Amino acid sequence: MKPFTRIDAKAAPLALSNIDTDQIIPKQFLKTVDRVGLSKGLFYDFRFDEAGVEKPDFVLNQAAYKDAGVLIAGDNFGCGSSREHAPWALLDFGISCVISTSFADIFYNNCFQNGLLPVVLPAQAVEDLMGQAKGGNHVISVDLDAQTVTAPDGRVYGFEIDPSRKHKMLHGLDAIGETLQKAPDIDVYESARALDTPWLERA
Amino acid sequence: MAAKTLYDKIWDAHLVAQGDGESILYIDLHLIHEVTTPQAFAGLRAAGRPVRRPDRTLAVADHNVPTEGQALGAGAVADEEARLQLLTLERNVAENGIEYFPMGDLRNGIVHVVGPEQGRTQPGMTIVCGDSHTSTHGAFGALAQGIGTSEVEHVLATQTLRQAKSKNMRVTIKGTPAPGVGAKDFALAVIGAIGTAGGTGHVIEYAGDAIRALSMEGRMTLCNLTIEAGARAGLVAPDQTTFDYICGRPAAPKGAAWDMALAHWKTFFTDEDAVFDREIVLDAAQIAPLVTWGTSPEDVMPIDGRVPDPASFATPDKRASAERALDYMGLAAGQLITEAKIDRVFIGSCTNSRIEDLRAAAAVVQQAFLEGRLVAPHVRAMVVPGSGLVKEQAEAEGLDAIFKASGFDWREPGCSMCLGMNPDRLAPGERCASTSNRNFEGRQGRGGRTHLLSPAMAAAAAIAGHLTDVRAYI
Repeated sequence: MKPFTRIDAKAAPLALSNIDTDQIIPKQFLKTVDRVGLSKGLFYDFRFDEAGVEKPDFVLNQAAYKDAGVLIAGDNFGCGSSREHAPWALLDFGISCVISTSFADIFYNNCFQNGLLPVVLPAQAVEDLMGQAKGGNHVISVDLDAQTVTAPDGRVYGFEIDPSRKHKMLHGLDAIGETLQKAPDIDVYESARALDTPWLERA
Repeated sequence: MAAKTLYDKIWDAHLVAQGDGESILYIDLHLIHEVTTPQAFAGLRAAGRPVRRPDRTLAVADHNVPTEGQALGAGAVADEEARLQLLTLERNVAENGIEYFPMGDLRNGIVHVVGPEQGRTQPGMTIVCGDSHTSTHGAFGALAQGIGTSEVEHVLATQTLRQAKSKNMRVTIKGTPAPGVGAKDFALAVIGAIGTAGGTGHVIEYAGDAIRALSMEGRMTLCNLTIEAGARAGLVAPDQTTFDYICGRPAAPKGAAWDMALAHWKTFFTDEDAVFDREIVLDAAQIAPLVTWGTSPEDVMPIDGRVPDPASFATPDKRASAERALDYMGLAAGQLITEAKIDRVFIGSCTNSRIEDLRAAAAVVQQAFLEGRLVAPHVRAMVVPGSGLVKEQAEAEGLDAIFKASGFDWREPGCSMCLGMNPDRLAPGERCASTSNRNFEGRQGRGGRTHLLSPAMAAAAAIAGHLTDVRAYI
């Protein structure tokens, strides 16, 4: 996993609540066996009309936001399907941080597996950032180590994050490798479990 | 010892290592399917890591399978990408010695129908799958949750999951529902009451006499839709209904093992003094047959009601979302929802494709048939059983004949038009009465308009040609 430490980038405002993972990447892009190249499906129905022509009014289609590295969205971002293709598509598009008042649990979790930083801020802060992101001529800074978002006007917002997740993200650590270091604990658990619930042992 | 909730007990029983934030939780059963696993197996292969417990892993083909011609096998699937995904799964399970029910096998079907049907889903277990509707299995008092593909890889490699503990929420539903009101209406009522993010960060336990009275199929519908209320897992404490359902299934313990298992399962209940972080109480008698009007599962209304006015919503965000939803759905504020003329009916999905769901729908269809009414001429209606075994059972009961005589299309099992990854999907602008779980924009096909409702309501809509109150049909 690519580490995330800090980003200084343009932020695209997407003022909609309950943006589900079907919107982030529709079904037809899930028939892949790869993790790469998914940006083509990102927000597909928002970005393109039925003929596949770009919709000029959608924020990520506007010249000012084409290079946005941060997305600011409404409540409950990433609800619905567990598809990890959603964070893969965002990252592939160049977005490595999403700011919202809240995220759906599975999406939130999937972000941390991939080095995409989900930042939760209070409604007022999100509204303020959303306002300042309008027009596209600005830079927002997100610093994971300091746990801060610096708005274009210099105002600084702190955010909370689980310390172990923060550590893994800062250093790009592989969760599987880390868990495999606990293999002796898993062995011990499994031996005890085999005695408690022997009918579940099928091997 | 402090009183514990059912969730606390399952959590504690599966702790391999406790951390400050994340703990390591042992996983008893890992269900896998073709869409969310190829990248996980590729990751294992690249790192040279084996699958730790193939015997605790079960694979099915469900998300992108066509609902006809399944006997021809994966190689005959017309969609090239879907075919490659199915063949990739076949290769991955063969290389790793994982049990697999391929397309066309009687035991294959939607992963959340197959697990319980085979007796693999049991009380007190931890179950994961790369699919958000894994919450379904909570109906058995198992902690069951959807995970992403990176976590699928983690579970394949370690048989554990890293996770922070959720909070406890209890939803109590008391009383007796009116005829025509069931588990789907309960679930929609809960989502309507707490919102689609209402359960975020929580595990929801369902309790109360109305829950106890539900069949396992009903409990599965309710737990299935828990994710639409934002909670990763739903739970119903096991009882005699649960044990009776499991008894005799292929993977159910037998003989002395059954007695041992039963004693173990009976320890999984919430202690009387246990404290929940949040409690909700609903009265079943107050719940009408429900239907969604918008593009979020929280957009619910009684079938005899009028479409809400966006101006009636509390915040600017909500007002904007409601306006957008009405525009997308082609509905006007204040109109009767029963005026919504439908083009399609979909009875199926991991929410409502089990035998009891098909019986409930068939009962409505048969009654109408006896009164000389068939599927409305302008409606294309389809039934997609949840598994080959559900299909076989339904056919043994003559349900397929009832559906077909009325004009329904009787299909082969799979996820089908719930998410439209296979050829079954809505055309732009088409309106569908659907027993599935998500009415998101484009979910069942770009521009498609989905109304979520119960199997009996979907059957009634097929006959009427518009959304209609099932209470007039029973």
